[in-house]
Amino acid sequence: MDQTTARPETQHQSVTFAEGLTLDCGRHLGSLTIAYRTYGTLNPAKSNAILICHALTGDQYVAETNPETGKPGWWEQVVGPGRPVDTEKFFVICTNVLGGCMGTTGPRSQHDEHAGQPWGTDFPPVTINDMVRAQKRFIDHLEIGRLFAVVGGSMGGMQVLAWAALYPARVFAAVPVAAAAYHSAQNIAFHEIGRQAIAADPDFWAGRYWEHGVTPERGLAVARMTAHITYVSEAALTRKFGRKLQDTAQISALGDRFEVESYLQYQGSSFVRRFDANSYLTITRAMDLFDLSADYGGVLPSAFAGTKTRFLLVSFDSDWLFPTEQSRAIARALNHVAANVSFVEIKSDKGHDAFLLDEPDFHRTLRGFLAGCAEHAGLS
Amino acid sequence: MSGSKKMRVDLALIAGMVAPKTRVLDIGCSDGALIDHLFRNLGCDARGLEIDMATVTLAVAHGLPVMQGDADTDLASYPDAAFDYVVLSRTLQAVEKPREVLRQMLRIGTHAIVSFPNFGHWTLRLQLLFTGRMPMTKNWSRMWYETPNIHPCTIRDFFDLCAADGYIVEEWLAADEAGARAPWRRWPALANLFGEQGLFLLRKA
Repeated sequence: MDQTTARPETQHQSVTFAEGLTLDCGRHLGSLTIAYRTYGTLNPAKSNAILICHALTGDQYVAETNPETGKPGWWEQVVGPGRPVDTEKFFVICTNVLGGCMGTTGPRSQHDEHAGQPWGTDFPPVTINDMVRAQKRFIDHLEIGRLFAVVGGSMGGMQVLAWAALYPARVFAAVPVAAAAYHSAQNIAFHEIGRQAIAADPDFWAGRYWEHGVTPERGLAVARMTAHITYVSEAALTRKFGRKLQDTAQISALGDRFEVESYLQYQGSSFVRRFDANSYLTITRAMDLFDLSADYGGVLPSAFAGTKTRFLLVSFDSDWLFPTEQSRAIARALNHVAANVSFVEIKSDKGHDAFLLDEPDFHRTLRGFLAGCAEHAGLS
Repeated sequence: MSGSKKMRVDLALIAGMVAPKTRVLDIGCSDGALIDHLFRNLGCDARGLEIDMATVTLAVAHGLPVMQGDADTDLASYPDAAFDYVVLSRTLQAVEKPREVLRQMLRIGTHAIVSFPNFGHWTLRLQLLFTGRMPMTKNWSRMWYETPNIHPCTIRDFFDLCAADGYIVEEWLAADEAGARAPWRRWPALANLFGEQGLFLLRKA
């Protein structure tokens, strides 16, 4: 049986915990593998570690060439020597999330009960809290008592919030970027379009596509295209493409007409080469399930009661997927418990994706915040 | 903000009212010079709230805990007695609801430190008397139709408000434009005439 489909398999650096992990849904994963990358040097006191949490389609290759795509790391502008998260000062850790497809236990991993078979759609539903518990197992393994900082954007920001709520004593500083304390109905709606597109692809085979030697490429591409529109602003699309036509002066009835169409198709097709459809279903569901206050009687401030963690919240004014109001609501919840919170909204016309792009104001803010925290933590 | 720059004189006066190692919220903290000073020199847990986003970004980039927010709307989200001092310098006259802001300050803090430009200064009185127009000075430098200072008051007015709302004036002084202490302590009427700014340390009765 060809379990790997046509995808080239890369060996990812990883560690396996034989005791597994009990999930929010009540089920138990028999074994837990965490794929990870680290950068920089852990100091003798183990006090300079920064955990980076990646977003929906990110991975552990934050600050180096991605071995599967050959492209630069997804946050090389932010993480690296001399960057705002300076790997010459800090020991930077990034793990592939639980449910992912880059080496951490997920739908492509071996099924607990059916040896030689992947989980596929049998993989239990996971939550953002489950992802964080898996990361915490790994941080325990590194024997790091307190992380100097946990930093992440979008779904990575959700993980940062979950870290701060679940393990406040383990997080000195928390930086949720372009994040929210819950996934909104609009967010869920866009995800559902993507999931339906995958399910409607004849190559999906009810999630057992590996048995047929195919992947639901068209469905996954449509999911990515829809999602991609939500990551950018109308202004950015207009600036980049406007109504420009593709390689032609005339309009044909079918096929590419506008540049924005071929751009989206490129986004879709490059994505299917690197991402597993069942992982996409699992992780989008985890995001949809996220509602931090739900575990605290619907009262968001209670998630942070008594916290000593220093927070920096960052939003971008053209981000309509995780709008500023979401970050402001978190800032106010933190005010409710008199937490130490910095909050900025960065001006940018690049939409949600701005957190991944060249945004000097954001980078200056992050660098300064970490420097200030390092001073308070006695790190400098 | 390495501390090498000299702090504005009025901020130095405010800092003089703050006890070391206390919790301080500076509303309208601008670039954060005061909270930086309070942290570095007095060991305070000092934080800032500032309405202008570009200024906030600058302050956070300097490593200071500052959040973007509005005195009129954001103070309500803090718990009671979260701070030992809540500072509002040269901002009271520009907020939408000064009385409510003051009430919130003394709810979330055990002390409030408030400074404001004194509209009772003799130059303003004379200008209004002789020109019949809204006075213009260095402190009051914008035309009435575009000034952000929508709630001007005098030092005497402020004493009256404190009395009406039951706040105890623990300390007060009048200062000149640069913020240096002026010698009219004990004589509110003179201070109201000659002080360009009023500075008050309040607590609830």
